[in-house]
Parts: sequence; C-alpha cells; structure tokens
Amino acid sequence: MTRGLKLAYICVLLALLLAPLIVVTGVSLNGAQSLRFPPQDLSLRWYGALFHDREWLVPLMNSLIIASCAAALAVAIAAPLALYAWERGGLVARLLTGLGLAPFALPPVISALGFMIFWMTVGGYGQIWATIVSHGVFLVTLPLVTISLGLKATDRALIEAARVMGADRLTVLRTVIGPLLLPYVVSGYAFAFVLSLNEYIIAYMVAGFTVETLPIKIFNALRYGYTPILGVVSVIFAALAALVFGLIGRFGNLPRLMGAERVRDE
Amino acid sequence: MTHLAEPETAVPRWIALWPALMLGLFFLVPFGIMLSVSVAHRVEGGFFEPGFEWASYIRFLTPFFGRVLAVSLGISLAAAAICVVLAFPFTVFLATMSRTVQTRVLVVLLSVLSLSEVIIGFSLSTLLSQTAGIGNLFAAIGLIDAPRAYTPSLFALLTGLCYLGFPFAVLVLYAPVSRLDPEIVEAARVMGASAARAFFGVVVPLQRGALTGAFILIFVFTLGSYLLPQLLGRPEHWTLSVHITDQAIYQANLPFAAAMSVFLMLVALALVGLASLAGRDRGAA
Repeated sequence: MTRGLKLAYICVLLALLLAPLIVVTGVSLNGAQSLRFPPQDLSLRWYGALFHDREWLVPLMNSLIIASCAAALAVAIAAPLALYAWERGGLVARLLTGLGLAPFALPPVISALGFMIFWMTVGGYGQIWATIVSHGVFLVTLPLVTISLGLKATDRALIEAARVMGADRLTVLRTVIGPLLLPYVVSGYAFAFVLSLNEYIIAYMVAGFTVETLPIKIFNALRYGYTPILGVVSVIFAALAALVFGLIGRFGNLPRLMGAERVRDE
Repeated sequence: MTHLAEPETAVPRWIALWPALMLGLFFLVPFGIMLSVSVAHRVEGGFFEPGFEWASYIRFLTPFFGRVLAVSLGISLAAAAICVVLAFPFTVFLATMSRTVQTRVLVVLLSVLSLSEVIIGFSLSTLLSQTAGIGNLFAAIGLIDAPRAYTPSLFALLTGLCYLGFPFAVLVLYAPVSRLDPEIVEAARVMGASAARAFFGVVVPLQRGALTGAFILIFVFTLGSYLLPQLLGRPEHWTLSVHITDQAIYQANLPFAAAMSVFLMLVALALVGLASLAGRDRGAA
C-alpha cells in the first residue's frame, strides 16, 4: 500500500473524530438560542455568557479547583511510589504498583460507588475535598506511568557519581533525580488535570448534588434543552486538552511517552 | 568506617508508607465497605442495616438482570470489535510516519480521549440531530427527502462508544506495534508477498497477543461508559454502569448497586488478567 493511501486512511478517521467537534464549534457561534448548523447570524455572545453567568462560573471554578488539587495529590502519591518501585522491586513494590494501576483498569462506576459509600460512612459525602481526594486517588495511575517511564530512562550511574562525590540522599534527590524527572512529573500532572476536569461519574456520585462540576452542569443542562452555551463549553474543553497535549508534544517526546521505541526523527 | 552508614539508595524505605496509606485508605477500604454493603440488609425506602445475606446477589437470577447483562456485554463487544478493526491498520500506518506526524496525531487522539463523555454525547447528538446534523447534508445532496434525526438509537450509541474507544484502541496498540521491526515486513515484501499478504500473513499473526489484549481492554473500557447510553441510547440500551448508579442514587438500593458493582469488578478483573496474559505472549506466535 502506498504512503499516500496510508495517510488518507489516517486522515479520514481523524476527520471522523473531529466532525462532531466541528459541528459543535459551529453551533456555539449561533446568535439565537438555537442549535443550527451551519450557524445563523454569527455571534460570540455565548462565549461572553459563559464567563458572566454565575450559573456556569461556579461549576467552572469548582472544576478548576478540583482538577488542580486532585492532580497535585495524584502526583504526590505516585512520585514516591514510582521511586520506591524503581529502587526496590520485590513483592511490596509490585503490589503497590498494581494498586496504583487498578483504579484505571476497572470501569469507573465501581470506584465511584466505592467512594460514595466510603464518604457516606466516614463523613465527607457532598464535600468538595471528598471529590478532590477521590479524583486524586483514582488518577494516580497517570503520573505513576509517566514518572516510572522517566525513571526507566534515568541512568543510575549519574546517581552513583553524585553519591561518590559525597552528595547525601536529599541532595541527590534535589539536584539529580528531581530535574531529570521534572518533565515526566509535569506531563503526569497535566494528564491527571485534564482527566479530572472531564471526569463525571465519580464527581457526581461523591458530591454531585452539592458540588457541581462542569461535566455535571452540562449533563443537568442537557435535560432542560440544548443551548449554544453547551457548545461553548465543549469547544473550550477540547481546546484546553489540545493545548495541554500539544505542549507536552512540543516540549516532550510524546511517542516515547506512549511507549514507542523506534521513531524516526526528521 | 563511617561510609558503611551511607545510604545505598536514593530514597529511604519508609517513603512507600505514604502511597501505601493513601491507596489503602482510599481505595482498598472503600472496596471493603462496598463488599460489606453488598451483603447488607436493605431497608425499604431508605438505607441499609448491617447483616449478612445473599439477597442482592440472588437478584442476579432475575430476567431483569439477565437482560441488562446481555445488553451491556453485547453492545460493548460490538464496539470493541469495530474499534480494534479500525484502529489496528491505523496504528500500523501511523508507526511508519515521521515523528512530527506521529506527535500531531497523538495530540488529536489524546485530546479526543480526554473529552468528557457528556461532551462526546452532546457533540454526537448534535451531529446526528435534525437541525444541525448530517441529516441536513444527506438531504442537501438528495440522499433522503427531508432532514431527520438519527438519535437516540442503537446506531447512535454504538457510534458514541466507538468514538470513545477508538483513540484508546490506537494508544493501547501503539506501543506493541511501534516495537515491530519494519525489516520483517520488508523481508516478506522482498520475498514477493503482496502488501495485503504481508499485512495479514506477517503483521497480524505477530501482533495476535497485542490485538487480543487491546480488544479486551476496550471491551472493559466501553463497559464502563455511563453517560452515552443515557444521551444516545433508549432506556432499553442502558448498560450495567447506568443501572448501578440508578440503583444507588434514584432507587436508594445500595446493597443491590454494590452487588452489581462487585460482579462487574470480578468480570473486569478477570478480563484484564486475560488481556495481560494475551499481551505477554506477543512475539511468541
């Protein structure tokens, strides 16, 4: 098969993936409160409405607070775990790693129900910090995977050298391992942030009736009919995700992060 | 010899205590509580009281649950099959492209993959709607007489699940496919195999393990879909995930929700275990 045909196949599928987003972008530009495509009397008024309407601003703020804190928590749990597993191996390390990967391998509704019953039992049901902790634990998998990849690529001789030169543990961690791992920590944080922002079911079951996040707000709004503002939120979310992953792709090695081993540099 | 006291590793052993505590407290304990709730006694119209009975599990034997299970499994199986069939050639082709192209495609895939189900559901229902959808396009080029809506329907739901599963399928297949030695395919071509024959005779058998693994992982992934069945399907297409939430929140039957959840977890764990076994023998074929 020729290169052109291969590229065509890839482009057709990408176009199919982008088609709904294009329609939604068009819909978000409608002047009137209707879903028309192609849009009629183009206007950006719904973009302004999102940032002026308290009804949408509060969920937006909730989502941003939850995502930034939960991603930080996920990194804080994943980093020591990855470091421990990298150095020791053994049963404890394997068990802990498995535990860190498990939430993501299971259908999320299972974790969601587990968290819901847990917070109902210990108190915290309906609180924003319960959502933050739940998201943080649920999303540990992502920084765990990226940081472990970073450690795998780290040359142990560097650490040996630093130690021979008299550096203690803290100094090695601060001046050698830290800087080497930083890009992987940042991408792990970014992955967790974007996924927390988009997560629905855990946020809904832990605190859906009191702490409305943007996905919950969108779903509730869908029941009362469609407005262009839903398109606006979708466009912003898609753009944000593209920006975050675009930056990782620009400054990091995305193919490598996804597990590729042989990629032609051009 | 003060050097003997020097640490040999970069991090002390106790560093594992913190992740162990967090994951144990917020992941294992909730599971334990869920297990105990699944055998608790349901109090009508309210909560549950501690106890030990199999009542919630016995409800699995009802026709209601059998139908839900069949719908869930059937829809996810179909979606997983479509995703793998579309994603495998996509990934193989992608792996031959330059790094720049690969990075750009990966950015698009990751962005789509991270989109909330609610946004995917909304976007697709718009695309399939009467006022803004492809019905207009079909009507404009004369395929159909008047624009019509294609949602809610089984077709819409399957489209949604494939939309959800396709980027995931590519990313799962990406690592094993990109490790495939391109010279193997070249060798087959040099020996006179056609492109199609090299693909089906060499690439597919070599990746059999990865393909099986990907199929199972996407199956589990789409099994977890919660919003799409509500946004794009009809009530008879509701999956196990929807019913678990429905029982927990709207029917206030936590024991039954927990029992279904435990069941779903066992199914998912068994399947993920199978997938990692299948992934391990890749290259052995």
